[in-house]
Amino acid sequence: MKSAVVVFPGTNRENDIARALELSSGHKPAMVWHGDSNLPKVDLIVVPGGFSYGDYLRCGAMAAHSPIMREVKARAEAGTPVLAVCNGFQIVAELGLVPGTLMRNAHLKFVCADVHLRVETGQSLFTSGYRAGQVIKVPVAHAEGNYFTDDDTLKRIEDGGQIAFRYSDADGDVSRGNPNGSRAAIAGVFNETKTVLGMMPHPENAIEARFGGTDGKGLFDGLVAALG
Amino acid sequence: MKARVHVTLKNGVLDPQGKAIGDALHRLGFPEVEEVRQGKFIELDLTDGDPATAKARLDEMCRKLLANTVIENYRVELLG
Amino acid sequence: MTASESNPPVKLPNEPWITPAIVAEHGLSPEEYQRVLAIMGRDPTMVELGIFSAMWSEHCSYKSSKVWLKKLPTTAPWVICGPGENAGVIDIGDGQAAIFKMESHNHPSFIEPYQGAATGVGGIMRDVFTMGARPIANVNALRFGDPAHPKTRHLVEGVVAGIAGYGNCMGVPTVAGETNFHRAYNGNILVNAMTVGVVPADRIFYSAAAGLGNAVVYVGSKTGRDGIHGATMSSTEFNEDSESKRPTVQVGDPFVEKLVLEACLELMATDAIVAIQDMGAAGLTSSSFEMADKGELGVEIELDKVPMREPGMNPYELMLSESQERMLMVLKPGREEMARKVFEKWELDFAIIGRLTDTRRMVLRWHGDVVASIPIPPVVTQAPVYERPWRETPLPAPLAADAVPPPADYRTALLKMTGSPDLSSKEWIWRQYDHLIMGNTAIRPGGDAAVIRVPDGGGKALAITSDCTPRYCAAHPETGGRQAVAEAWRNLTATGALPLACTDNMNFGNPQKPEVMGQFAGCIVGMAAACAALDFPIVSGNVSLYNETEGRAILPTPVIGGVGLRPDVNGCVDIGLREAGLTLLLVGDTAGHLGQSIFLRDIHGREEGPPPPVDLAVERRAGDFVRGQIRAGRIAACHDLSDGGLLVALAEMAMSGGVGGSIAIPADTGCAAHAFLFGEDQARYLLATNAPEAVTAAARSAGVPVRPLGQSGGDTLTVEGLLTISVADLRRTHAAWMPNYMAGKA
Repeated sequence: MKSAVVVFPGTNRENDIARALELSSGHKPAMVWHGDSNLPKVDLIVVPGGFSYGDYLRCGAMAAHSPIMREVKARAEAGTPVLAVCNGFQIVAELGLVPGTLMRNAHLKFVCADVHLRVETGQSLFTSGYRAGQVIKVPVAHAEGNYFTDDDTLKRIEDGGQIAFRYSDADGDVSRGNPNGSRAAIAGVFNETKTVLGMMPHPENAIEARFGGTDGKGLFDGLVAALG
Repeated sequence: MKARVHVTLKNGVLDPQGKAIGDALHRLGFPEVEEVRQGKFIELDLTDGDPATAKARLDEMCRKLLANTVIENYRVELLG
Repeated sequence: MTASESNPPVKLPNEPWITPAIVAEHGLSPEEYQRVLAIMGRDPTMVELGIFSAMWSEHCSYKSSKVWLKKLPTTAPWVICGPGENAGVIDIGDGQAAIFKMESHNHPSFIEPYQGAATGVGGIMRDVFTMGARPIANVNALRFGDPAHPKTRHLVEGVVAGIAGYGNCMGVPTVAGETNFHRAYNGNILVNAMTVGVVPADRIFYSAAAGLGNAVVYVGSKTGRDGIHGATMSSTEFNEDSESKRPTVQVGDPFVEKLVLEACLELMATDAIVAIQDMGAAGLTSSSFEMADKGELGVEIELDKVPMREPGMNPYELMLSESQERMLMVLKPGREEMARKVFEKWELDFAIIGRLTDTRRMVLRWHGDVVASIPIPPVVTQAPVYERPWRETPLPAPLAADAVPPPADYRTALLKMTGSPDLSSKEWIWRQYDHLIMGNTAIRPGGDAAVIRVPDGGGKALAITSDCTPRYCAAHPETGGRQAVAEAWRNLTATGALPLACTDNMNFGNPQKPEVMGQFAGCIVGMAAACAALDFPIVSGNVSLYNETEGRAILPTPVIGGVGLRPDVNGCVDIGLREAGLTLLLVGDTAGHLGQSIFLRDIHGREEGPPPPVDLAVERRAGDFVRGQIRAGRIAACHDLSDGGLLVALAEMAMSGGVGGSIAIPADTGCAAHAFLFGEDQARYLLATNAPEAVTAAARSAGVPVRPLGQSGGDTLTVEGLLTISVADLRRTHAAWMPNYMAGKA
């Protein structure tokens, strides 16, 4: 699996996710500076976490309107899988690649903590390393992760199987353990073709036993299995 | 009675958001933008009463909560 | 020798004549001003006066503290660079070095808590990456006033958000710290921020300028009128536009600092940089002075080339501005354009503002005219140094054995202590800090010390902590100074790390009061003894004086930030009891010392007596023994005993790991049960082990007292005959205070 990680001014979790990709695939991803004109041909594009452009104005807004994201959008629409985590999720949501938007956390504060996620489907490139209903433990670290979408869209994405992960407690109860007030406890969503995943939690920070556990590794292992 | 409060950073205080927004607009092809200052806009619905008293109360709200007077200025508009 | 002045400065339009009032506004005493005149051989210009004022301020010159700071041990075979540079540097093996320092931002944080704390964090990170290191961990030691004081909640809210806002955006995990509340900080909170970075040992950058004619380069943010002190008011005569000239609070821009960090590290990977210095306090003045002075050179700066944020700025403001996120560099000849490209890629300002000269003078030009010309060496060598009068704080008389009664109820007492402002969980705070980014956090906040894997370090890890017990320092400064160092050393040891060195942040009141100066002196003497006995030198630090309001000083607070090394991150232990059937062993002697204890303060409402004595030889022996047992793989959990004593430590271990335990007080302790459980005797640890015989035998041969107290297991904590309490109840109370308080419910 060849992958590329898009880096903006203010991106700061690019090395974390690069290590996770390398650990699972055996290949270092290409790190692509937003100003570089050429996005290499890859099997997976990653938009990592951080504070692109300081998160000023609106999280992800300025990065979403950068030239490289136009190219990412074109590739995504042509079928290249895109994994967008945390600030990356905010960017692809702003760009309309996945439904919904991320608002300020309901309690208004940054939250860094382990959370439990219930895997909603194992039927995707990104979640094939898990089974539906499985509960995994990974951290979140964000101030604007409060997922919102209108009633119609919510129904559409629920019916279309576009919800990847929901916040839950250790037993998979999604009425508990929501760290930011997200609607329907949504922690990660797909586009309609399930080739783009936007998620707030950081699977890349749960890949080693001594450092927060290995529950996030399944996502990267699953991608490698699916994409070669 | 409606009131509008505009809160902006004082002159001379660094405005990181304004600067980043200005830079982004330049990149998007708006070179005519010279300087951007960003602030907050707060709308309040008040019970009707004496405008002078309301203005004084609003001033107090700004000083106590709405503006951080160490770094921010505020402006109050009272709309009938 | 200093070259004679060939080109005296011109006076700027509307520049005032220097009067005694203007000198006083610049914080210079009449005697100090006489020194200025002697050095200059003429009246200084306003810019020059401003420069002297900054260079001879307490902050830059350490004039009250210098004679005492010299007493601290600062060397060891593993120390690469001690105090005097931007931060201290130690060798951590495998060709790598750790660079770290702690610095205060107390006053700005009281005025504007969010920005004050944020810029404090930004400043200390700059100190570390200026030397070439990528920051890998942040630590914060915070002291606030009485929780009931009307300002306290607002200050906590703002300071924590400011630290989070800056550190999170920078992508550096905030992994450790401490938070205390005491009425002595009502008018002067303490915000002490520490950063630890790692660098290849052959890629460390220093500030000494070199190379006659080399370019002096300004990079980073533009200069505004941020943080120009009250002294600025006297400069408003420079022009009539006085409203826009009011001194302003520094606002941090972590986004720009992240870019400055990446740009600097990118340029540092080349051979372009000769010297580099961040612009912190006193901005361009102290950075350019220090670079030229250390390089034994002169410098000529064209101030009109400095990137400016606002129109109408004058030389005085440019030299004294404390705008954040700026650096000064000396580049090798011919590397200017390559360096410019790096900074332009990161969308940062880059300006060649001057050249190095051989005059050993600082010459400042403004549109061609010389506006300041100061000989550099005498400003440094003839800076005022004061041996301020001091009065020793006498050691309080010991409390009589029967002076402290037992608690009415042990269960209530334990809940009250573990749920108190000082000892309750600070998760409300560190949940707001990204403590996991970089993926190297092996031991998270909430224990004795954080443990962070060193990137590209072959699996080794650094243990990091900050410690100080101000109530001990107030009762007897020398003992308090010893204890602060010893506790930091102990906290590192409790993870299995070997403590290597520390940084100190000396927070005190007005040094012109003999009793305050006596506190400073006493703490230094105690710290020096402990650093020497524990092979734990001070490699960097910061002094913050005049922390007082209406004549009331803060508690003396010499905060110690410690760094230790663990060769294999997988061997580290934390405080959590996670399995049943482990033997609980108490290491060290317990005399039941209750003077200045949390028990005495929180249960009986008395702040009395002497602090517990610190026997450094005993401390060393106990710590070396504990570290050896952890490294031998015999220890499942380890906690040092400090605030609240044995029972609080045991409760913390149970709450952390979720498994309870049962202990019995031995018959032959020689002290009352409550003194045994709550006494704060030093040099003690509580271990959980599945190899009690081996540990006990090793202790015997090491000459370290060890007592078995009981076993881990179950979901309750029991002290035979005195209390049983569920771990769930303990956790609930422990977790409750901080969020309730911040929600206005406590």
